[in-house]
Amino acid sequence: MSRPSDHFDSPAPEPKVPGIAQPSLGLIGYLRFFWRQLTSMRTALVLLLMLAIAAVPGSLFPQRSSDPNGVTLYFSTNPTLAPVLDKFQLFDVYSSAWFSAIYLLLFISLIGCVIPRATHHVKALASPPPKTPARLDRLAAFSAFEVVPGETDASGDPITAASAIRAARAVLRKGGYRVRLFEGRELSASAERGYARETGNLVFHVALIGILFAVGIGGGFGYTGQKVLVVGQAFANVRLTFDSFNPGRFFTDDALVPYRLILNSFTTKYEQQNKDAYGQPIDYTAKVTTYDQAGTPTKSVIKVNDPLQIGGNQIYLLGNGYAPSITVRDPNGKVVYSEPVPFLPQDTNLTSLGIVKVPDGLSSQVGMRGIFYPTAAAAADGTLGSVYPDLQNPVLSLVLYSGDLGINKGQPKSVYTLNTDGMKELAGPTALDGTKALRLKPGQTAKIPGGLGSVTFDNKAPKSDPSNLEQSVPRFASLDVHRDPTQGWVLFFAICVLLGLLTSLFVPRRRVWVKAVELGDGRIRLEYAGLARGEDPGLDAAVRAIAEKHSHQLGLRLTR
Amino acid sequence: MTETLSMYSLTAIYSAMAVYLFAFIAFTLDLAKRSAEGPAAAVVAGTHVGQMSRSGTTAILERVVAPPSTVQRRSSRFERVAFALTVLGWVLHVGGTVLRGVAAHRVPWANMFEFSLTASAIMVGVFIFVQLWQNLRFLGAFISGFSLIILGFGTVGFYVNVVPLPPALQSYWLVIHVFVATLGTAFFAIGAGLSMVQLIQTRREANKLNRFRFLDTMPNAEKLENLAYRVIVVAFVFWTFTLMAGAIWAEHAWGRYWGWDTKEVWTFIIWTIFAGYIHARATRGWRGSRSAYLAIIGFAAVMFNFTIVNLFFKGLHSYSGL
Ligand code: HEM
Repeated sequence: MSRPSDHFDSPAPEPKVPGIAQPSLGLIGYLRFFWRQLTSMRTALVLLLMLAIAAVPGSLFPQRSSDPNGVTLYFSTNPTLAPVLDKFQLFDVYSSAWFSAIYLLLFISLIGCVIPRATHHVKALASPPPKTPARLDRLAAFSAFEVVPGETDASGDPITAASAIRAARAVLRKGGYRVRLFEGRELSASAERGYARETGNLVFHVALIGILFAVGIGGGFGYTGQKVLVVGQAFANVRLTFDSFNPGRFFTDDALVPYRLILNSFTTKYEQQNKDAYGQPIDYTAKVTTYDQAGTPTKSVIKVNDPLQIGGNQIYLLGNGYAPSITVRDPNGKVVYSEPVPFLPQDTNLTSLGIVKVPDGLSSQVGMRGIFYPTAAAAADGTLGSVYPDLQNPVLSLVLYSGDLGINKGQPKSVYTLNTDGMKELAGPTALDGTKALRLKPGQTAKIPGGLGSVTFDNKAPKSDPSNLEQSVPRFASLDVHRDPTQGWVLFFAICVLLGLLTSLFVPRRRVWVKAVELGDGRIRLEYAGLARGEDPGLDAAVRAIAEKHSHQLGLRLTR
Repeated sequence: MTETLSMYSLTAIYSAMAVYLFAFIAFTLDLAKRSAEGPAAAVVAGTHVGQMSRSGTTAILERVVAPPSTVQRRSSRFERVAFALTVLGWVLHVGGTVLRGVAAHRVPWANMFEFSLTASAIMVGVFIFVQLWQNLRFLGAFISGFSLIILGFGTVGFYVNVVPLPPALQSYWLVIHVFVATLGTAFFAIGAGLSMVQLIQTRREANKLNRFRFLDTMPNAEKLENLAYRVIVVAFVFWTFTLMAGAIWAEHAWGRYWGWDTKEVWTFIIWTIFAGYIHARATRGWRGSRSAYLAIIGFAAVMFNFTIVNLFFKGLHSYSGL
């Protein structure tokens, strides 16, 4: 079968004779020996188990790929241990040298194993079944029956060894066997079926290689981009408009299909009936309009679990939150800043953090660190918290700083962090003059201490009933835009893996022989035997069924 | 309405647990009784040499083919009672699980409590129906005891009232992916049970464990190994499907089909261990006890994934409702 030599179906190795020196191998000999070892079943097995073990640490330590914040946190809580772990690439397990080494070796072993088997199998497919063994009664699933002299078949002709074997061929062919007849002193039919088992096994292993390549190459040509859109905002599929953009190694800007997308509305639904899940989100819906290159608009909906397909991209709805709109005026009432600012949710009731930076227009740069509570409630000690994710009692609390924002020097700074070194706290818990943080409801304005101007928490639905603030603060949706040109290939190979597995595990591969022996006194002895290749619990039953069908074909019946 | 139904559901589950407890006791008594029995006489099967004729009168026997020594044993009364109790407990168990789904207006496998109901119901169901194919009743103590433990943990440790699904779980993939995963788990459990008996049987066959005479009433180690293999192979196909369906779902919900999230990591680890197991069965020197150990380690990893990883490891799956 050209399987690895330590496959249990392969012939047992010759016992080593003590005392006889092995001939020295030479370079080619060593290479061949090494290759044999690498492509043996035992190596494949050990590498598989090593791969399983090597995957474990990735679930024990935070990984940069899936949880970068966790890694940062780990470094700050374990400052001595973390760098050591990092040396061993324990925060990048799945791209680490040692993990890669194991799976690359495994796949080299796999290729080295599959190629000889595939060539051998192609030959086997083209060659007829093997010669009938001399003694069938040594095989598993043996049975024999005798035909009494003078029996005739269904059409009235006498049964001979030749006619019996012809009938056997018909039965076996019908059962999906490939049949070859042998003449000589004893007539026999040799049959084999279930080549699909080996085919399935090869498809399975080759498709695994396919997945590895498709994943490896797909990562190189694809890209992912993130974009936070406040309701009403739009973005174009151009590299610069993304908040963050991660291109693969082989990515070029040509891969960006031009289109535009505008977020028309974002609605949420929270559980209100069930008190065990009060406030739990049950639906997020983003309604968008997209414009292709010709400017034709299309309306679509994006939901969690239901991405939008456009221009070779999938657009996923991965997060959402509030974007309080903030307006800053100078002492004369001139607007120097007016924007909706996406605030990052911190808990299930959407207590959210946001940063406002006002670099120009006031006599000093101003920074604000805000906490937004969609439904604010005060605890006993006076601190605020949010108790429901919808806008029932929206309150914005702002800590104000003046001084140098540190953004003039041209270094890019995250819009979600504020470095307050060298800034003066104007209002907040540690403000020198005791001014408390500002607390604003939608529509309210407060003076910025120090006569710098004023800040307004805009109400986006000023005309509605003042007791109903449900529309007062706009929402944002955070969209992930992906392109993975080989995703379809991965799926294709995965399906091949599954189908290959099913055929290889459940299609029995067997050889069956039927022999007709003329006993001289006119009796004919019919012998049946089978041989399983691989696991085959149904062999006995299959051989019995063939004997049954054969007797039926001959117009006889079996008696025991 | 929801509350009433989930109350009924819980009552049914508690009743099922009580019945399983009695089934467990009866299965254990049966094992004790088997010890007293000693080996059953092998029934001599008929010959394989017969005659082919129209009349079928004169049989000419030439050679008696030695039958494989199969152990035929009439089931004890304890075993019959235990099995009947298991079926009864299972009916209650399934009833309780279905009621939970009706109460929640969705499939009853969306959080730890519900996983434990459904997974153990499927496990016992597979155990019951597998008897149509092979008599594996000697695993009864293992299965009834094990589902008792799962149900105990589920109801005492993780009971939650019915809550609606968060948006990420609102997908038909929840129905398919999780169901096939529990199905796979059930088959892995039975495979592990068989492998454990196999290991004990191997020691018995090596003339150790002379006191455990009940082992003589069970299949020999090789037969057990083959049975375990056939059950585990089915589980492996389910697990492969689970892994792929999970990847497709992850692509829909999180925008990538594979991201080495902790749960994905463990699903992969389990898959790899069992791929190793299947290889071991085909590798000279690795059949027998070594492959049985792999099957047990693999199942331990399944259990670890289901408990420790769900409870203590951080990851995207951690909304599984505790
Ligand atoms: C990526 C690593 C591998 C995985 C995940 C894997 C998985 C599997 C699985 C699941 C089976 C059983 C299903 C079937 O027969 O198709 C199998 C069978 C088999 N594999 Fe692999 N395999 C891997 C690598 C290898 C390598 C490197 C070799 C060669 C040494 C190999 C040789 C075989 C053979 C000969 C069988 C048939 C076993 C039998 O006769 O029952 N595999 N493999």
